[in-house]
Amino acid sequence: MEFQFQFDWQAAIDSIPFLLKGIPYTLLISFGGLLIGFVLGIIFGLLSINKKWFLRWPATAYIEIFRGTPILVQVLFIFYGLPDLIGGPIDPLTAGIAAIALNSGAYISEVVRGGVQSIDKGQTEAGLSLGLSRTQTFWSIIWPQAFRRMIPPLGNQAIVSIKDTSLFSVIGVGELVRQGQIYIANTFTAFEVYFVVAILYLAITLSLSFILRLVERRGLASV
Amino acid sequence: MTHIVEMKGMNKYFGKLHVLKNIDLTVEQGEVVVIIGASGSGKSTLIRCVNGLEEFESGKLVVDGQALAPKGGNQKALTEIRKEVGMVFQQFNLFPHLTVKKNVMLGPMKVKNASQVVANATAERLLNRVGIGNQADKYPSHLSGGQQQRVAIARALAMEPRLMLFDEPTSALDPEMIGEVLDVMRELAKEGMTMMVVTHEMGFAREVADRVIYIHEGQIVEQGKPDDVFDNPQNERTQAFLSRVLAH
Repeated sequence: MEFQFQFDWQAAIDSIPFLLKGIPYTLLISFGGLLIGFVLGIIFGLLSINKKWFLRWPATAYIEIFRGTPILVQVLFIFYGLPDLIGGPIDPLTAGIAAIALNSGAYISEVVRGGVQSIDKGQTEAGLSLGLSRTQTFWSIIWPQAFRRMIPPLGNQAIVSIKDTSLFSVIGVGELVRQGQIYIANTFTAFEVYFVVAILYLAITLSLSFILRLVERRGLASV
Repeated sequence: MTHIVEMKGMNKYFGKLHVLKNIDLTVEQGEVVVIIGASGSGKSTLIRCVNGLEEFESGKLVVDGQALAPKGGNQKALTEIRKEVGMVFQQFNLFPHLTVKKNVMLGPMKVKNASQVVANATAERLLNRVGIGNQADKYPSHLSGGQQQRVAIARALAMEPRLMLFDEPTSALDPEMIGEVLDVMRELAKEGMTMMVVTHEMGFAREVADRVIYIHEGQIVEQGKPDDVFDNPQNERTQAFLSRVLAH
């Protein structure tokens, strides 16, 4: 039996308009989630290095739980599990954004913690010696320096989270992979369509890498 | 004369290590006190207690009329003290994300609510005074060590302190830059600034100090006028220390 596979360019090109419909969802879930995740990361990252144990422990628990369980389990739990608890359905988009937010928030907490702890203790001492309060010292001296160091790992997390959204096809959000699956169900052109899906992810992540590199260069130029 | 610093029976521990033992020390307004001693003797810790960067465990410490409580109590007094006491560090500790001028402007703007215009004028005046006026818009990392330390002095002066603490200000500098920093400190002393200086620069101590204090294993072993301490030390530990540091 002879077997020959031919990449069907026409099928690939034809799928693009349908697949593109998934991009707004992919971007909305990843960037919406990351934005909330960033806020969570600042809050829990700073709590995790607080001197008071009753602030530090809950933050550490949150970080360990969401770093230590798969994001797929987290989103299934939110989408199928939580409705039992709150007594009503959660729409897939909200569940997706919440999963990215909580998951990236845990990782970003660690990025924030590492960034802040990497700043020399002498900086705090210099701020306090000038008469600045601890809060003023933190926000005008420590944070701006820490944030610059956080840019590369934050970019890394953004890329991871964008790719993580592909898992949310399981809860039926019409993001890139889900769109691909629907398209393939009608055309049976799995190879071509997943190839295009992969290229579209790559286009998003490469653009982000490029932007981040520009930001990084600008941020580091002065230091 | 008014005491600006008064320590009485002050004790400080790092864990079980007794770092400062029953320190009695007063510093008068306008006085330049130089503290010498081997590394690990507690001399840096002593001046770091003055602005509360280190807590002490027992005894009395009054700075500029504000009594500090042991173990970091009395935060209110600490806040007031830090506004009146400037500090210069061994490692400069300039803010690397701010220009030289912004480094000097930060204190007055954040702590004294000085306007941008006023803070800017103060910064320019002080930077000129320490000889860095033409580098005001550079970032600290573009300056030499000696220049950075002079900026750090200007930054502390911008708060118009009543007392300046110097914690080994020239120890991290290349030898050829030590002079320019000591010159600025010498000028300050001449203008009547009250100073507590921890240093290994014995020449500076002899020339500028009103009083030299020798500290050994957390205790003030000897103090007096520089000529007396350097030429005719009474305590044998002081003699041993000075013969070691003045030998070369």
